[in-house]
Amino acid sequence: MHLSETIISLAPWLVFAPLTGLLINLIFGRRLSEKAVGTVASLASGAAFVVSVLLAYAVSINHGEVMRWRLAEWIHIGTLNLDWTFRIDSLSTTMMLVVSGVGTLIHIYAIGYMHEDVRFKHDEGRYTRFFIFLNLFIAAMMILVSGDSYMMLFVGWEGVGLSSFLLIGFWFEMDTLGRPSWANSDAAKKAFIANRIGDFGFLIAAFLMFWGFGSLQFDQVFAGASSLSAINSPLTVAITLFLLLGVAGKSAQIPLYVWLPDAMAGPTPVSALIHAATMVTAGVYLVARSAPIYATAPAAQYLVAMTGAITALFAATIAVGQYDIKKVLAYSTVSQLGFMVAAVGMGAYTAGMFHLITHAFFKALLFLSAGSVILGLERGHHHAPSSPTLPPKGEGSHRPLSPRERARVREHHEIFDPGDMRNMGGLRKTMPVTFWLYIVGTLALTGIFPFAGFWSKDEILLDASLHFTGIYWLLTIAAFFTAFYMGRQIWMVFFGESRSEAAAHAEESPKVMTLPLVVLAILSAVGGGLNLPFEGFHNLGHWLSYTLGEVESLPLDLTVAGVSTLLALTAIFVSWLLYGRTPLQAGQIDPLKRLGLVFTGMENKWFVDEGYFAVIINPFKKISQFLADVIDWRFWHDFVHDTLIVGTYNWLSTIALDHYADQKGIDAFANWLGTATQWISENVRKIQNGFVRSYALAVMLGVVLILGYLIFK
Amino acid sequence: MEFLLQPLTLLTFFPLVGVLVILFMNSESKNAIRWVAMSTTLITFGLSLWVLTLFTASNPDLQLEAKYSWIQVAGWDIQYYLAVDGLSILLVLLTGLLTPISILSTWTAIEDRVKDFMIFFLLLEVGMMGVFLAQDLFLFYIFWEFTLVPMYFLIGLWGGPRRIYAAVKFFLYTMAGSILMLLAIIWLGNYGKTFSLPELIAQGGIPANIQMWLFIAFAAAFAIKVPMFPLHSWLPDAHVEAPTAGSVILAGVLLKMGTYGFLRFNIPLFPEATVQAAPWIALLATIGIIYGAAVSYAQADVKKLVAYSSVSHLGFVMLGLFALNAQGVAGAILQMVNHGLSTGALFLLIGMVYEQTHTRELKVYGGLWKIMPVFGSIMLISALSSMGLPGLNGFVGEFTILLGAFGSKAIGSPWYAGVSALGVIMAAVYILYMFQKMFLGPAGEITKEHELKDLNWREILTVAPLLILMFWIGLYPAPFFNLIAPAVEKLLIGY
Repeated sequence: MHLSETIISLAPWLVFAPLTGLLINLIFGRRLSEKAVGTVASLASGAAFVVSVLLAYAVSINHGEVMRWRLAEWIHIGTLNLDWTFRIDSLSTTMMLVVSGVGTLIHIYAIGYMHEDVRFKHDEGRYTRFFIFLNLFIAAMMILVSGDSYMMLFVGWEGVGLSSFLLIGFWFEMDTLGRPSWANSDAAKKAFIANRIGDFGFLIAAFLMFWGFGSLQFDQVFAGASSLSAINSPLTVAITLFLLLGVAGKSAQIPLYVWLPDAMAGPTPVSALIHAATMVTAGVYLVARSAPIYATAPAAQYLVAMTGAITALFAATIAVGQYDIKKVLAYSTVSQLGFMVAAVGMGAYTAGMFHLITHAFFKALLFLSAGSVILGLERGHHHAPSSPTLPPKGEGSHRPLSPRERARVREHHEIFDPGDMRNMGGLRKTMPVTFWLYIVGTLALTGIFPFAGFWSKDEILLDASLHFTGIYWLLTIAAFFTAFYMGRQIWMVFFGESRSEAAAHAEESPKVMTLPLVVLAILSAVGGGLNLPFEGFHNLGHWLSYTLGEVESLPLDLTVAGVSTLLALTAIFVSWLLYGRTPLQAGQIDPLKRLGLVFTGMENKWFVDEGYFAVIINPFKKISQFLADVIDWRFWHDFVHDTLIVGTYNWLSTIALDHYADQKGIDAFANWLGTATQWISENVRKIQNGFVRSYALAVMLGVVLILGYLIFK
Repeated sequence: MEFLLQPLTLLTFFPLVGVLVILFMNSESKNAIRWVAMSTTLITFGLSLWVLTLFTASNPDLQLEAKYSWIQVAGWDIQYYLAVDGLSILLVLLTGLLTPISILSTWTAIEDRVKDFMIFFLLLEVGMMGVFLAQDLFLFYIFWEFTLVPMYFLIGLWGGPRRIYAAVKFFLYTMAGSILMLLAIIWLGNYGKTFSLPELIAQGGIPANIQMWLFIAFAAAFAIKVPMFPLHSWLPDAHVEAPTAGSVILAGVLLKMGTYGFLRFNIPLFPEATVQAAPWIALLATIGIIYGAAVSYAQADVKKLVAYSSVSHLGFVMLGLFALNAQGVAGAILQMVNHGLSTGALFLLIGMVYEQTHTRELKVYGGLWKIMPVFGSIMLISALSSMGLPGLNGFVGEFTILLGAFGSKAIGSPWYAGVSALGVIMAAVYILYMFQKMFLGPAGEITKEHELKDLNWREILTVAPLLILMFWIGLYPAPFFNLIAPAVEKLLIGY
């Protein structure tokens, strides 16, 4: 016990370590070299990882017993008692390990990535700022996963939202192509506000918990929930559904997922770390953490699972129609988060957490490899004699360029989209390391045996097939689309001939970037070993059962595994037929265009953004304009005050009172004040002993008199 | 002399020493005048900290009483009666802090008639301290009215183009409400044969039907000051026209006089009327929260945007006060301080950039974070504090208020708090809109016309104390709640 006590006292360093890195870079960042800044930040994140490992060790020697470390009191008022207490159990340490482990690898990668990114964007001074934000994110994420109450979790929950806002808007003065624009900052704002909508749900859930169960501390809430004898009591259903809104915001589920694809405006390490591997899984963690409440509300569970499953399929179809390498991965992330949410919704917590972990590995790998591809093209673009420029006409998933922009492109050959897959092709020859890394990530994501994704996705599908047939089919079809869009991406990016000069001259990335990727690739390949569906190998399941209670450990089901593998292989084959057998030529339209309206829908994300603008955002703007201009200003301010009140007053004072009374009335006083002030302000320089001073003297005199009376009476 | 050495008397009237000194200074020696004003207010702040050390947090009652019989006519007993308790101690400290900060902010902003400006400012501080410390209704009324005069001149003489209109409107609105309050005070004095607030509360027993009238009369004065929807029409004018330091004090302290009035007088004096009024006040507060946030979002002038955000924020305070439970009321008191810090900081920062650009039109800004990184970062922290980001002060107040209001028996329905929580989303909408339009995006027109400089050390020093408190209250509010809680529990015994 003594050893674990000592280890537990390190818990606050989960947060303090990254904060220390942040402060060092904040204070000394200007004087440090880029390498030093990156190293400090990576070490800070690495230290959090070391603490996480130690904490996990402490949990294991304590046989999974929950341990707490109270750092300080936070809000104590009336019966509300909130503390800064760290909760160390198998679930929270699992999250800590993923966050700090993957996080540290991404910090290292970012040393190389940002070195080039700040140069391509001509602002080298911003390098330090990036690592400050990255450390801030790790700190907030650690608060999120280690809090012992819903409100401490919420601090991290909004903290990661802030970091996400700062990092999406990192290049706040431009769009993703580096043109002066509001686009990136719009994307940042959109993410924050969409998350805040979710946070509203979280807050209401917290209020319901507090007044229903008298506490916001996890165990006390759970005890309260399980003491309710009724299944699906209105209280727990309401709590879980409001929490679901929070989950939809943070983990990008329908209807709040729209912010995540736009979040790709952030530098690629951010997309990998925050918008794929860690932050967006916070919703999954929240549901798993709240398992005892969800257990009492099966109706809500089903809704959670259904939300996840529908999101999984819906987002997968959009991914098929994207041209931007990161957008494909973004929609893929939404879809995979759908898998996880569906899993935890069904009560398959181990499967959901398992997929969360493997997804962190392979999606971080894919994003970072995509970043390597993008930088490779940037390098090629800067070295190429002349640069190809526009995506082919008529099928832009991006906003079509205005005529003026087109003209500028033709004249200066400046704007080049290094993320557009139509500008790529044939990269397996120029960027071989990245190519193989990408292949590993793809195999893991599509769930090909024996890569990590195979095991985790299969566990979800198996659980669904046993209990929820509808969800099983939704997820299986989503898995088919997953394999298809990844196949499409591989063929478009790495095979065929290069469709631009930049792609032809693309250069491989340096070791500081590829080495972390190799680690992630190994994890993506063998990560399935965490929880194999064979007797005695349910390691993760056993580990999590300390926190979540015994969960059923399913054996491998060959039918489910066979169907999903077969579908994945079919999808890859179909993608080869369309994109691999006859590679795209420069300027050629997408072969899927033949699908007509369906593909147009996929390309344009089923017009959901446009729908939100029409139904929510524009009306809100109009209403607030109307309230401000018509109601508040013209009615309250101009009419009620200036016309009605002042008018009535003037009327009364001129009609009802005779002239003499008026002179001595309040109106006179007001007029006197007004004219006096006006007169002074206009003539002040001419007056030596002005009114102001006399007034002040008069006041003084009065005060002195009163004081004198009181003192000497 | 014993009278003058009372801690609270000394605290309240100490700024007069500065006034006396400045009166005899040459109006051309502006820097010397500034230093005298600055030192006076710093010493006053020091005195307020001294009062804090004399204050016993665990004691729920009025403390450090300075009590003298003052005027006795026609059976009335008017006292000079100052005292402090948990309901007011934080506001006293806030006043003590914000006044020197405001004066520091005028260092280069006010060049005209510095002497007069500082005299008014110091007089204003006397009035504000008096309002928060007076325990005699008559004395309170004198201080209450007294704050009007210097503020009137601060707006009217050093304000923007429509300053006369704004100043007169500010004056008349407040006067109109105050007259009703004066009538109620006179009625109470006749009824209880005393103007001493503790005595009147102890006597109690005001008939329920009369309570409601008295409640309304007091509420009229306070609601205008807060300002509660729909009585807020004076606020945008006053804020937009006032000089920066005026806006800081107006938002930071003067508006709190309204909410404090409800807390100090309405709730303990008229318990039955309070319970009856709670749902209605909650309704108006909720409307104010949503309305203020929506209107704020549509503003083109950044100062007006922040002014309307006060309508929304003060709505939260009112909601918390009339939740009439520990979380709501304590949260509301803390939120009064929070609003003073965050909105004070926002007005200061806007003033700093205004000094360079002389415009507050949002549309000419953009991309400032790139040119003024320190300014942008400080603005971001203040903006996040204002929109209630957990870890900063605004969240602690808003959360406890909403939590309290959600389960409040007096308000009677979770709907008010539920709808008000939407204000949390809307706050993000207007605050981020402001931050984006000013600091993000491509460089705006204004950056081409002006060579903008980042904040200098004086400016950083001006906002630094506010930033430190934002983090402190956000992360470790315990010392603040410890000051508030006992008095709040005592206040709520009857409810």
